[in-house]
Amino acid sequence: MASILAVDDSASMRQMVSFTLKGAGYEVIEAVDGVDALNKAKGKTVNMVLTDVNMPNMDGITLIQELRKLPNYKFTPMLMLTTESSGDKKAQGKSAGATGWLVKPFNPDQLLGTIKKVIG
Amino acid sequence: MEIDNQLDTLSMMNSDLGENAEQFLSFFLAGEEYGVDILRVQEIKCWDSATEIPNSPDYLKGVINLRGIIVPVVDLRLRFGLKEIDYTETTVVIVLRVENADKERTIGFIVDAVSDVYSIESDLLQAPPEMGDAIDLDFVRGLTAINDNMVVLLDIDHLVDTEESVGNQSLH
Amino acid sequence: MSIDMSQFHQVFFEESFEGLDIMETGLMDLDLGAADTEEINTIFRAAHSIKGGAGTFGFTDVASFTHVMETLLDEMRDGTREVTRKAVDLLLVSVDCLREMLSAVDAEEEIDQDRTKKLQNDLETILAEGSEASENTAVVVESGTENVVSGGVWSISFRPHSHLFKTGNDPVRMFRELELLGELTSKVETSKIPPFSEFDPEESYLSWEISLKSDCSEAEIQEIFEWVDEDCDLKIIQAAADKNEEPPQSLVVEASKAEVVTKAVVEKVPAIKKKTAKNTGNESSSIRVGTDKIDALINMVGELVITQSMLSQMSENFKIEDIERLKDGIDQLERNTREMQENVMQIRMLPISFSFNRFPRLVRDLASTLGKNIELKMSGEQTELDKTVMEKIGDPLVHLVRNSLDHGIEMPDVRKAAGKPEIGILQLNAFHEGGNIVIEIIDDGAGLNKERILSKARENGLIGENEVLPDEKIHELIFAPGFSTAAVVSDVSGRGVGMDVVMRNIRDLGGVVEIKSEEGVGSTFTIRLPLTLAILDGQLIRVGEHVYIIPLISIIESLQIELENCNKVAGKAELYKLRDEYISVMRLHELFNVIPNSTQLDNGLLVVAESEGQKVGLFVDDLMAQQQVVIKSLETNYQKVDGISGATILGDGTVAMILDLPGLAALSRKKQKTKPRILEEAVA
Repeated sequence: MASILAVDDSASMRQMVSFTLKGAGYEVIEAVDGVDALNKAKGKTVNMVLTDVNMPNMDGITLIQELRKLPNYKFTPMLMLTTESSGDKKAQGKSAGATGWLVKPFNPDQLLGTIKKVIG
Repeated sequence: MEIDNQLDTLSMMNSDLGENAEQFLSFFLAGEEYGVDILRVQEIKCWDSATEIPNSPDYLKGVINLRGIIVPVVDLRLRFGLKEIDYTETTVVIVLRVENADKERTIGFIVDAVSDVYSIESDLLQAPPEMGDAIDLDFVRGLTAINDNMVVLLDIDHLVDTEESVGNQSLH
Repeated sequence: MSIDMSQFHQVFFEESFEGLDIMETGLMDLDLGAADTEEINTIFRAAHSIKGGAGTFGFTDVASFTHVMETLLDEMRDGTREVTRKAVDLLLVSVDCLREMLSAVDAEEEIDQDRTKKLQNDLETILAEGSEASENTAVVVESGTENVVSGGVWSISFRPHSHLFKTGNDPVRMFRELELLGELTSKVETSKIPPFSEFDPEESYLSWEISLKSDCSEAEIQEIFEWVDEDCDLKIIQAAADKNEEPPQSLVVEASKAEVVTKAVVEKVPAIKKKTAKNTGNESSSIRVGTDKIDALINMVGELVITQSMLSQMSENFKIEDIERLKDGIDQLERNTREMQENVMQIRMLPISFSFNRFPRLVRDLASTLGKNIELKMSGEQTELDKTVMEKIGDPLVHLVRNSLDHGIEMPDVRKAAGKPEIGILQLNAFHEGGNIVIEIIDDGAGLNKERILSKARENGLIGENEVLPDEKIHELIFAPGFSTAAVVSDVSGRGVGMDVVMRNIRDLGGVVEIKSEEGVGSTFTIRLPLTLAILDGQLIRVGEHVYIIPLISIIESLQIELENCNKVAGKAELYKLRDEYISVMRLHELFNVIPNSTQLDNGLLVVAESEGQKVGLFVDDLMAQQQVVIKSLETNYQKVDGISGATILGDGTVAMILDLPGLAALSRKKQKTKPRILEEAVA
């Protein structure tokens, strides 16, 4: 079973993402911000990281940057969930090591579609 | 409890319901048989004891602990102005869900004994006859005959609707 | 797969309301001109989350409104826009509006479109003026270069840069997606693979020449490579093109969409706001609990289960030698139960900041309405109290704060003339004291005007013409029904209703209010409340065979009655001389019409308790244990009973009544007015 680390400071988004992914048979590890995610990521491997960008304590871009430094996460697909339509955040994310992004608002089907593309 | 089982079997026996039939739980009070809508019955308990509520009417025997909920208990004999008797082995508390004044309450009623469960077609219900001022019949929904015996079907929402019925009697 | 999104709505609303509070607090704290970026960022994030959630859960009105706010905040965050008073004010109003929108959506009511539209316009106007970066429109503009092709063959040259894998991208994914578009053939280029000794498995060395037979558009192919745009050299060329002369299809679609939208707007207009059924009675019934609290509880349940299994094991094969172990086990069970009870209660505890949070805004708005300079200081915001108490204390607090601002703190010129600083200070403090939470509302204003209070009270017949009262009694008069001293009846307070309601609300919560006031210096209102409504420290007492509970907090002392200290006034009202004061004696058996062990005062005990600031003596047969009791309402299934505040269930499962001292005092007064009852003589 593929595991996904889902990071979002908004409880409702986290619930929605987690519910959708679990329903599709993924194992989900939830985290409330970058710091939480980094702690939960250390010492284990996940098949994919899905993170919000704007979060307190540590934002999604920094999280991706930090995760890429970990040996276990060198090649792990990491998607940003972003509402920001400007290319700015995407470029920042890319240079931090993000695999790609998913633009909010998205619905569960779009979410699953994108994830299936990435980790099959 | 034994009585609960009894209730279960009784209601199973009467499963052949007609379209307009209603089920009533009947009980005895001073030799007369009364019925209440079975859907309102929450449970039937043996009489144990109750904690008195200060300055409350005589027929309010007090409150009991029903699995953590405080439930008032009314002695139906006293409520009907009948003679008070010592409680016996068959004395039970029928706990009913009562709705009035937009409020739903759980109230226990002490009766002499539980009797039976009847299915009664609504067209067999007879309106209570005019009794003049002699008896307040607000709480009587109708009359029916079962095996030639009269059963008085009660409107439990009206049994306790006035302030004085479950009310705090003002001090005298 | 279809998922019912409505299951997430409640969480969304809750976190959005919290987000709005964060925004409000943040906006209030912003220093105009030199705002802290991190503070703006916090506000921005809250708006951002609301927008994201609203979009996801389909509340488009909310999403588009929040978007404009977010854009404004974003510019402030980037430093491209100055933090002006005007902008902050507008954002604050927008927060209010958003809160109403969310409430309306939550209650499935119409949103007040007029107000929303107007505010949105105002925000957009602000956005349009000034800042350079104002490409503010909401939607992602779809890439316009749409060349619709039929039966085309695309040739794609895909040359990933060597670091491609390190972005987590895998060419396999791109191929899989391309395959979905049409018939795919590809040629791998391996020339860049280095000799084995230099080979780095983390690098990507391959490139591909792909040929795709498909009706798709270039944009569709580009989308597949979107994430790796900068991590590869990509060329997409149309090999065999049949250019389509028709206008791009997608544009047509867009146009017809636009029509639909306009129509929808037109249809919406006549449906004016119908804000009838407001969900007032429904105090929000859910609570958000920190995971640490839940974890603690789970641990406790674990212990409880262990204790339980230990006890049941012991009972299998019980020998009398085990009695000590059984006792230990039961002690442990008791400890577990108590800890668990405390922890469950803990879940209902919230910091009072939930209630205090509204005050910065309220004080700010009110001060500007009144033309006063007021600084608000708060302390102890983290002090916790029960959620229910918090919900009920909110309005009384607002009232007291308004009162202090309106009647307490003077106008700047008056203050100056009195030699005080022009800026008045209002302090809100909260702290725990014993089993209570204490909330203080302190102002450095004019203080209560005793003369005015007295003359007003005489005017209203609240006190006699020549009655002399000690200071605190005079102060308490402002809580009397129908009392208001405001020289001018203002919008803010002073309608003559309220202070008595405040008093009543606080009393209903089992609390008390004290006033300390000095003319010219200021006033202090001190509210003392039980931490929770659900549990109370009780003293069990006995009258005949009846057990009652007196709240321990109100008991001052209990004493053996000495007959020489008993007096009777006019043959009925009994007084007891306690040291140098006389207190009235209430015989519980008389008030409740029950049979006591004895009616002889010296056979029983006198429980001296405080009720509404006065000492009263309660005559009972005996004192029993002190214990914490869980308060149950009598009103759920019965009704309010004079002299009784509730009931509880004792250890043996029986019900006991909890006494309400002010209620008993009232009952006693009522009894004394009627003829004294003839008592059945002592049964003891």
